[in-house]
Amino acid sequence: MVAFVLRKVSFMVVTLFLLASLTFVLMNVIPGSPLQSEKATSEQVKKNLEAYYGLDKPMFERYINYMDNLIHGDLGVSMKKKYQTVERMISSSFGYSLRLGLASIVTSVIGGCVLGILAALYHRRFLDHFSMTLAVIGLAVPSLILGPLLQYIFAVKLGWFSVAGLKRPLDYILPTIALSASSIAVIARLIRSTMVEVLNGDFIKTAKAKGLAGHMIVWRHALRNSMLPVVTYLGFMIANVITGSVVVEQIFAIPGLGKFFVSSIVDRDYPLIMGTTIFYAVILLIGRFVADIAYVLVDPRIRLKGGKAGA
Amino acid sequence: MTRDDNPFAPLQREAGAGEKITRKSLTAWQDIRYRLKGNKLAMFGFWVIIVVVALAILVPWLSVHDHYSNDLVNKNKAPTWGHWFGTDDLGRDMLVRTMMGARISLFVGVMAAIIDFFIGIIYGAIMGYFGGKVDEIMNRLSEILYAIPYLLVVILLLVVMEPSLTTIIVAMSITGWINMAWIVRGQIISLKNQEYALASQVLGAGHMRIMFRHLIPNAMGPIIVTVTLSVPSAIFTEAFLSFLGLGVQSPVASWGTMISDSIGAMTIFPWRLFFPAFFLCLTMFAFNVFGDGLRDAFDPKLKK
Amino acid sequence: MKVDKKKGLLLPLVVVMMLAAVLSACSNNNNGNNAAPSSSASSSSSADVKKGGEFRFTLASEPPSLDPALMTDAQSSIVAAGLYEGLYRLDSAGEPQPAIATGYDVSDDGLVYTFKLRDDATWSNGDKVTANDFVYSWKRALAPETASEYAYMLFYIKGAEEYNAGTGSADDVAVKATDDTTLEVTLKSATPYFPSLVSHYTYLPVHEATVEANEAWAADASTIVSNGPFLLKEWAHEDKLVLEPNPNYFDKDKVNFSKVTISLVEDNNTVYNMFQSDDIDWIGAQAGQVPTDRTAQVIADGSAQVKAIASSYYYVFNTQKAPFNNVKIRKAFSMAIDRQSIIDNITQANQTPAYALVPPSIAGTDGKLFREMYPDTGYFSEDIDEAKKLLAEGMAEEGIAQLPKITLLYNTSEGHKAIAEAAADMWRKNLGVEVAVTNQEWGTFLETRDAGQFDVARAGWGADFNHAINFTYDLIHPKSGNNDGKYDNEQVGKWLDESLAATDEATRLDLIAKAEKQAIDDMAVLPFYYYTTVTMVKDDIEGVTSDYSGHIDWVFGSKK
Repeated sequence: MVAFVLRKVSFMVVTLFLLASLTFVLMNVIPGSPLQSEKATSEQVKKNLEAYYGLDKPMFERYINYMDNLIHGDLGVSMKKKYQTVERMISSSFGYSLRLGLASIVTSVIGGCVLGILAALYHRRFLDHFSMTLAVIGLAVPSLILGPLLQYIFAVKLGWFSVAGLKRPLDYILPTIALSASSIAVIARLIRSTMVEVLNGDFIKTAKAKGLAGHMIVWRHALRNSMLPVVTYLGFMIANVITGSVVVEQIFAIPGLGKFFVSSIVDRDYPLIMGTTIFYAVILLIGRFVADIAYVLVDPRIRLKGGKAGA
Repeated sequence: MTRDDNPFAPLQREAGAGEKITRKSLTAWQDIRYRLKGNKLAMFGFWVIIVVVALAILVPWLSVHDHYSNDLVNKNKAPTWGHWFGTDDLGRDMLVRTMMGARISLFVGVMAAIIDFFIGIIYGAIMGYFGGKVDEIMNRLSEILYAIPYLLVVILLLVVMEPSLTTIIVAMSITGWINMAWIVRGQIISLKNQEYALASQVLGAGHMRIMFRHLIPNAMGPIIVTVTLSVPSAIFTEAFLSFLGLGVQSPVASWGTMISDSIGAMTIFPWRLFFPAFFLCLTMFAFNVFGDGLRDAFDPKLKK
Repeated sequence: MKVDKKKGLLLPLVVVMMLAAVLSACSNNNNGNNAAPSSSASSSSSADVKKGGEFRFTLASEPPSLDPALMTDAQSSIVAAGLYEGLYRLDSAGEPQPAIATGYDVSDDGLVYTFKLRDDATWSNGDKVTANDFVYSWKRALAPETASEYAYMLFYIKGAEEYNAGTGSADDVAVKATDDTTLEVTLKSATPYFPSLVSHYTYLPVHEATVEANEAWAADASTIVSNGPFLLKEWAHEDKLVLEPNPNYFDKDKVNFSKVTISLVEDNNTVYNMFQSDDIDWIGAQAGQVPTDRTAQVIADGSAQVKAIASSYYYVFNTQKAPFNNVKIRKAFSMAIDRQSIIDNITQANQTPAYALVPPSIAGTDGKLFREMYPDTGYFSEDIDEAKKLLAEGMAEEGIAQLPKITLLYNTSEGHKAIAEAAADMWRKNLGVEVAVTNQEWGTFLETRDAGQFDVARAGWGADFNHAINFTYDLIHPKSGNNDGKYDNEQVGKWLDESLAATDEATRLDLIAKAEKQAIDDMAVLPFYYYTTVTMVKDDIEGVTSDYSGHIDWVFGSKK
């Protein structure tokens, strides 16, 4: 097992290296530069700035420099926010995104499971259609609409929550709902689709024949067997959710990490682009790795190291 | 019958009764169609899709309004007999614009589904089925593609391509299929060790046959859910791409751009948000129930 | 931060960050709980000084820097107005008023300015503000190593440009402190608006010892040493800034707010909702913006005020490329636009239709505004028939029977989109010309426009300082880097060069007006409108307004 994990980790490091290199090249070849501004400054000022940020050096040299610093754990200093280190910017804003993200994951999993199980148990009956309708609305109404709508109704009109910011624990509720609506829908739909199959599978029929009580069947067999796609989904969804959503952060004025993924690129803030990309990738890779291991827990028939089927 | 004599006497078996087919014989496709037709909700979904497509084709063609002419004096007007869906911030007819938007958004949604099917499923199935080094490499490759800032890729595309629908499809094909590939991979990893797959292998079936005849059909549930997930996300990705300058250019609008442009007007001129959002929800609902119906129809275990 | 060189993998870094985030979450909560009693304690302690109330507003993004030499944007300047005090401070009309300086003498040739400084101004750490602080600060902003983007604002000083270019030395920059309270500056050429320039944030002083000790001094509330009416108490990055009055400020009686909270909120609708639910006291003038769809309504019901500001909205023609290398075709396109209709129906904030470049709030001379002296209303008129005729003539001159494909380029924004669509519609209806409308994200847009890969492109210009030269030399001089349409008229360049050298203001303005008129006769650009700003303020706030350039002027406001 230790050897297995080590091998996986070394693969991850190679992946990160390739990703970082590719991103570095991409951000340098696209039009625009960190020094862009609507008002043209003098050539001289531009030269001073280029020298200051090392942008006058060839791309390859800057790449080597960046990688050298990266290996030593130095993510550099933002080119837009003067004298703010990328590490500080990420770590201070990640706290908000992480808390909101975790709240949203818990909500999604619980909400999704309940809706999905109800739908599967009452297949093609009212509860199925009802939870399906809810799920579709969750999918088709993005946080872009849901966020302002919730804000208008519950914060402005009813005054139950703050319009913006996360001042009180209660203030987490609206952004969490806006953030988790689509994940609830996906999880509910995934569970329903697999569970309907599983509930009709031979082993469930056997279990029923053996006289296992209804809820036992659901918990011990059906749910477990229909968790597999949900595990895959959570594996990559977690990275997306805990690194923040730019839309939800904007609507509720949350100082989270999500906006950096967009603003760093709009500003062409090279060190911040690299920092956020690598940070996101690390979480994504860990999430996917954990999902792979979780497969075995969910379905013991799966062998992780196995090559071809039956080989 | 000889029952009167002895109630416990065995029944006389008619010759050939065991061969008699009580149900009408159906081919696989007839069977699917038969079962789909029995599913009222799925049929409702099917007809909704037909109606929306018909509206998208006919309305802009039949209407006295067009989607681009400004009528600044009559801007932001609530629905009336002249403009059934009201007008937008430049006084353009919302009905025609919503239906023009349907053309783009439906096209984008369908293309997203096709990309999911052709790239996502195959890529995911190969990863999951072969495992080992193949899986490792393909998995890492998809993770790199997934983690590269999408905005960077899009801006690069902006440099080499003209803004158009084709460009949008290209932009979506780069990463749009990865969720699907990962979901399929997970399902295949689980399914490939099940008895029927092993049996099929023992019987000498080729990899392709096992993958496409046995494994993928059994993963259809999560596949259809993932498609119905990627369609709306593609519709909003299109809006995001248009926002960056990659997509269809104004005055043509899609549901995605109409929705994101009218968020601020939500409480003042609600019809500008409501109609595109309503049609998007309706279409999504239709796709979902129809997709579910399809899945059920494909699943022999649900036969009643 | 240094990590063990051999094992410096990212994985542990991420784990540490996650832990740190969770921990900081806990500590943040603690701070939040403690904040209430401690802040009330501090306000009660400062209550014996006459103080009243908190003022709350929003900024769309956090100031990239609070170091005067490195600032370039509205956000920074709005915060800096509270934190720092320069020689002069602009009042809301845009007129410079004495601040650290009590007055100045100027030599007969207009080259040497001698500023007299007050002797009771101190830094927040108690040190005295002296003339040497200004000498140090200005030279620092000019030093190539500082890499100040706005260093060119100081190029009026003799020797400044050379020092910044690395060809001259710091000693040759002609600014010196003859004693602690006397600052002598020699200019390259006579610049009558120099007192207005020294009010600009690039001219603000910094505390030498602080800057020398820590290059990142301005990135954190705890390390900033400033000399203004307010001090930065808290800077929660990407979240909010909290300012409190400076007890050592020399004119502290003028300061009324006991606390100023600046929240960082990007979304206009959220800002509006915050105002509605009484979370903030102000919207507008770069401190939040009333959502476009609401503008007409809040102006109509009297809950918002409209004020003209020194910014122009216009389109640039690519004058180096067919078909817009032809004057008549440019004129035709400009005359076919109904500006008032765009203002009434799209922008909806009572903007003034523009027929030239210099906005109405820019000062002229003798107490008159520039546009009062040289009204632009007769520069050209909107006339569809004339436009059609000019288009036909222009096409004949160029020998083209049909216009090539024309693209209108704008940077992505809802407001720009609506105007572009309306303009394209007017050209279609009035001239029968199909114009494709294309948007690009900011960085790409700037590069495309700089490279001249467009036919017509959106542009806007806001004042750096209160003088008409800022809207003419910068925008239409053949050598200016901001002449995006590459408009090239030697005569215009000559007049503008002469205006810089002119010794009296009337002649200077005459030359500027002549150049501007010529550029409009050539239709170098297509002017749309002069901006306004729509502001909303709570009833109990007084003395907060938008300044001439459209930035919130809040420093000496008060709460009833």
